[in-house]
Amino acid sequence: MARGYRQDETIIGNGVFAGGEFHMSKDRLQERIRMLAEVEGDIEVISLEQVKVLSSELGLSLKEVELAALEACVLPRRYLRNLGTVGWDGQARLLRSTVAVVGLGGLGGYVVEALARVGVGRLVLIDGDAFVDHNLNRQMFATESNLGSSKVQAAGARVAGINSAVEVVGHAVEATPENLPRLLEGSDVVVDALDRLPTRIMLQEEARRQGIPLVHGAIGGMVGQVMTIFPGDEGLYALYGRGEVPERGIEVELGCPTATPMMVASWQAQEVIKILAGIGEPLRHRLLLIDAEAGIMDVIRPGI
Amino acid sequence: MRTVIEIEIRLYATLKRYRPELKVGEPLFLNVDEGTTAKRVLEEVLGIPAKVVKTVFVNGIYRDLDHVLADGDRVGIFPPVGGG
Repeated sequence: MARGYRQDETIIGNGVFAGGEFHMSKDRLQERIRMLAEVEGDIEVISLEQVKVLSSELGLSLKEVELAALEACVLPRRYLRNLGTVGWDGQARLLRSTVAVVGLGGLGGYVVEALARVGVGRLVLIDGDAFVDHNLNRQMFATESNLGSSKVQAAGARVAGINSAVEVVGHAVEATPENLPRLLEGSDVVVDALDRLPTRIMLQEEARRQGIPLVHGAIGGMVGQVMTIFPGDEGLYALYGRGEVPERGIEVELGCPTATPMMVASWQAQEVIKILAGIGEPLRHRLLLIDAEAGIMDVIRPGI
Repeated sequence: MRTVIEIEIRLYATLKRYRPELKVGEPLFLNVDEGTTAKRVLEEVLGIPAKVVKTVFVNGIYRDLDHVLADGDRVGIFPPVGGG
């Protein structure tokens, strides 16, 4: 029996994912998954430990095993608390998706944390900075021991620790008009977690050019804003006009205190998950404004 | 004949300092002449330089600063936010 699977391992491990041989292998894999499944409530689940055993035994990535399990209606138990909201199909869509997170500061760190936990299958992380001590007040991946090291590297290590099924592609570079076209290619959603208005507008332009939805978030003080911008939407132009924009906003004066990036990054992550899983209503043509200091939330629409 | 309209203003974030007497979240009611633009309220009445603010929202809809205000309008004024 074990020998038979080793043969399959070669087929799948070589990346032969089409044709009769693959179907046979996948059937066998799914049969194996079903054998290992446990009943939890009214569904069948498979533990992380068993997913890892199958992955190493068959030479498949964890993501491939998880996807095969989902197709066999066996839920990787690590996603059990997602299920009621994202559904079976939504979970599989998340795992098959690629999200580019541009900027790994206050916002980007929490967005990456959330996307790794929910099970987005591939994360493209873009930031040229290294951690400094004034990042420690708010940046999820900044620790006393990694000051001076690359944010992309720290994010990759964190993701590997949270969800090793997630593939991470790190680019320790600053986003520029020259490199963005290549870096964003193949992404299903782009997250704007930058800290300069002109760069944000450049990112919107490139996402639009590639036809990728963009989830914008920005903070300053206890205030934040979130908007989902689909290709062709006015997006940031509705907010700032098409003329010159200031480099920075109120954050120069008010700073970026601890809880504000958590608040806005959570909304950004929700938007990404909604778009990928095909659930809910994105904040499209709507700007969510949160003034936590005043205790006010508003949703603003652009004039026609 | 001069017609006066009443508008309701909300200042967000750093703009609150232009009306320090307002409590956090408290709106400001202003009487202005009919035909007054958002820009005029901003610059002449509130003393906020128009270059600080790119857009205002009137009754929940973004408008540019040349937008002419009407009686009963709720005007939110929001500075650019760019931090991450």
